[in-house]
Amino acid sequence: MDGFPILSLMMLVPLAAGIGCFFVGANAARWLALFGTLITFVLGVLLWANYEIGGPQWQFTESAELFAGFKYALGIDGIALMLIMLSVFLMPICIMASWTAIQKRVGEYMAAFLFMEVLMIGVFAAQDMFLFYIFFEAGLIPMYLIIGVWGGDNRIYASYKFFLYTLLGSVLMLIAMFWMVAEAGTSDIPTLMQYDFPVGAQTWLWLAFFASFAVKMPMWPVHTWLPDAHVQAPTAGSVILAGVLLKLGGYGFIRFSLPMFPDASAQLAWLVFALSMVAVVYTSLVALVQHDMKKLIAYSSVAHMAIVTVGLFAFNIQGLEGAMIVMLSHGLVSGALFLCVGVIYDRLHTREIDRYGGLSINMPYYALFFLLFTMASIGLPGTSGFVGEFLSLAGIYQVSTWVALICTTGIILGAGYMLYLYRRVAFGDQKNADAAAMLDLDKREWAMLAPIAAVVLWMGVYPESFLAPMRADIATLDARLASAAPEGDSQLQAGPPREAAANAVPEHGEGEGAH
Amino acid sequence: MDYATSFALIAPELLLTASGLILLLVAAFGGDKMARPIAVLAAATLFGAGFMLVPGLHSGVMGLDTYAFGTLMRADAFALFAKAMIYLAAIGCLMIAPAYFATASNGNESGMRAEYPILVLFAVLGMSIMVSASDFMTLYLGLELNSLAAYVLASVLRNDGRSSEAGLKYFVLGALASGILLYGMSLLYGFSGSTEFGAVRAGLSGELATGALFGLVFVLAGLAFKIAAVPFHMWTPDVYEGAPTPVTAFFATAPKVAAVALTARVTLEVFGEQSDAWRQIVMFVALASIIVGALGAIGQNNLKRLLAYSSINNVGFILLGLAVANTAGASAMMVYLFIYVAMSLGSFVALLMLRGEDGTLFETFDDIKGLATTQPVIAWCLAALMFSLAGIPPLLGFYGKFVIFQATVEAGLVAFGAIAIAASVIGAFYYIKFVKVMFFDDEVGLVKGKSDLSHWVVLIITTLIISPLGYLLTPSITDLANKAAEALFLVG
Repeated sequence: MDGFPILSLMMLVPLAAGIGCFFVGANAARWLALFGTLITFVLGVLLWANYEIGGPQWQFTESAELFAGFKYALGIDGIALMLIMLSVFLMPICIMASWTAIQKRVGEYMAAFLFMEVLMIGVFAAQDMFLFYIFFEAGLIPMYLIIGVWGGDNRIYASYKFFLYTLLGSVLMLIAMFWMVAEAGTSDIPTLMQYDFPVGAQTWLWLAFFASFAVKMPMWPVHTWLPDAHVQAPTAGSVILAGVLLKLGGYGFIRFSLPMFPDASAQLAWLVFALSMVAVVYTSLVALVQHDMKKLIAYSSVAHMAIVTVGLFAFNIQGLEGAMIVMLSHGLVSGALFLCVGVIYDRLHTREIDRYGGLSINMPYYALFFLLFTMASIGLPGTSGFVGEFLSLAGIYQVSTWVALICTTGIILGAGYMLYLYRRVAFGDQKNADAAAMLDLDKREWAMLAPIAAVVLWMGVYPESFLAPMRADIATLDARLASAAPEGDSQLQAGPPREAAANAVPEHGEGEGAH
Repeated sequence: MDYATSFALIAPELLLTASGLILLLVAAFGGDKMARPIAVLAAATLFGAGFMLVPGLHSGVMGLDTYAFGTLMRADAFALFAKAMIYLAAIGCLMIAPAYFATASNGNESGMRAEYPILVLFAVLGMSIMVSASDFMTLYLGLELNSLAAYVLASVLRNDGRSSEAGLKYFVLGALASGILLYGMSLLYGFSGSTEFGAVRAGLSGELATGALFGLVFVLAGLAFKIAAVPFHMWTPDVYEGAPTPVTAFFATAPKVAAVALTARVTLEVFGEQSDAWRQIVMFVALASIIVGALGAIGQNNLKRLLAYSSINNVGFILLGLAVANTAGASAMMVYLFIYVAMSLGSFVALLMLRGEDGTLFETFDDIKGLATTQPVIAWCLAALMFSLAGIPPLLGFYGKFVIFQATVEAGLVAFGAIAIAASVIGAFYYIKFVKVMFFDDEVGLVKGKSDLSHWVVLIITTLIISPLGYLLTPSITDLANKAAEALFLVG
């Protein structure tokens, strides 16, 4: 696929479909959106298939001098590839989730989602810092409309809060970008990732970027927009918000903050750790007392994202790989959990946990999927959540045993609030007649949940498929960070290697020889 | 330098003068029924005058060859670029006027008066002279020609109380501003012994005398009145609200370009060597305009008043580029002006299209609730314009802020830029209120009237310019703006 502009094509397809959605009727818009996102997904699969593991760091690069002041330059590494795959995988599912739930102004709704997809692919593929910023910020417009037009009762407050919070965070980053470009003389991201900024300036730049990414992530205490936005957004809006938009913060850290300002990252890692520890414990406790299902999952997202940040700032390969897997896993699992909420919300039109109960009796397949995603959210071995959380916490343990200790309580608390949620919704008596009369999943809902469940198990059982494309890039990043890496307090000492693997079965044992 | 060369340099102005005078005769003998042909001819004149600018713009003329009549006027790339924007904006404003005046309102007979396009033409002539001025006398001549025409334009609906009030307010405050400006100019003349820009510049070199500093401050105050920058902005909301909407659209675009270009030329050229004396003032004015423009707009229910505050806010951003005081800053100002003209023209045209079935014009938030369901195209265009004014990518309004802030940061004014950009978030609040009202609220269904084709044309063109497609224009606009800025700094 040399020279074929597949990334531009992946952006062009949803763009064209999105423009088309304005001009066609409701049903045609649904099908157009579904086909547009499916074609993009197929292109995404081709992208992954043609991605050369162990090849050059930046692949599928494109560049054109279309604008004054910045370039139209695209290209991906393994990290971006995985996040693009996550976006294009979730998009058709979002369209399906909105199939019947959205009846008002369907064309505009589908167009907003398709434009969102363009921007998400763009943000991960951009190789020019200003192009990145444009895609990064532009996402505000469709998301503002999605929450505001198709959201719940308190949607206007939520949409304003979402818009202004994230905008304020980002504008300071823009100022920092101008300074960096003036200093380094280029806005090319791969070049900037190798550029050594003066250590004194790094702190300020790091803080400016942090303002933006911490809001997007979101980190405590600037997470308050998230529960509002999640609760008010339509189901598919929540899926995209949790599945992909929250990953922009983590992507920002791994693409900008860490490689561009390694010294400042090391100096200010304590800040990240402190905020993350508070987030893990505090938001988990808040999640425990929620009565609104979406709010509960929203708070659990904040806690999971805190595991991502500690993993990123562990400055070692386990931490970085773990953070990436948590991001991918959380994108799938929290997206799926929001879909699960959406399934029953479509039937009963309430998110109040007490209005449900005993759903495993009348909706057994639903209860099965919900259980799988609950377990994945807790981090049960065999699901994707375990791989990511284990690696992140193993990474942070090398740096700080205390941070690892406190963040691990998040796993226990996570089990607490997720199992408590599951018990109240799916087990127990069928105390509400209307909830007891709900039908099980239909074909459309199967088609939404089954693929996510398959990928969650795949990532849990064989994470190597997802780690392999990222390995070289994470190693490069780790090498870049090596000079600044802080000294750990766990004082790990490598012992003599074992003679055989721990699970090795003695070959040609005596029992066999007897036959 | 012979007269032939001088006349050739001011050919656009000559064309405007001749055409204005001839059309005045046509109007005198033909009466109001000739209004439409006159408007068409006036627009054609402006187009012709604009066409004359092309060769000079393309080659980026600057230096001594651009002086006309000694040192009275200068047709360099900077003046040409400003003129091009003024002419284009004026053509847009002429296009949208007839349909507006066709509907009778507030006790005014229907139909456009024949004087309207002629007054626009004379105002444009005044602006043309302003941006070419290289002598305080020429400057004042152009400024007053523009202002006098503008005062009449504001009160063109004679039987409408608000329109007359707007005209009177504009006149009183405009005259005050002119007086302040004249006083400042006389002080500068006293200290430098000349009214010519180059000579005043030379006269002000070295340590600045207190009297000359006063002169500088008075000139800046007078100019700040004209560009409606804080703290001299008070007239803007009243005049913008009271004046007929096509006139407001005109005030927000062409005279703004002229006044900003004039301010840039006076500060960067005449006071070029004393930049330390005025940079702080401009920085304060810029920040204050951004903040007051943003805060003042929040409580407004009238859309025209709101857009008036928005224009104050935008002037603040333009002045950021001036505060940088280098070529990059001046170039960024010109790029921003271009985008600003497209955005304001588009938003005022969109307001003009908010009509009821009987032709009444709506101008408050309450009237446009749920516009997206009844008039989706207008609503989407207006939403794009508002996001663009708020500076949200991928709309072109972001590019304007992009170049301004890039120039600010590159010149080392990082903290200043950070404060200004944070203040811009306040402004986003009321721009997205437009979207909230049009898209999120339940429809009231008042806006049902059909819009004129001319309005659609202007709205679609401006929306296309500020859409992401507008980024494809950026290389050529930046090129022109760079040449213009270079011409401005050549004197130094």
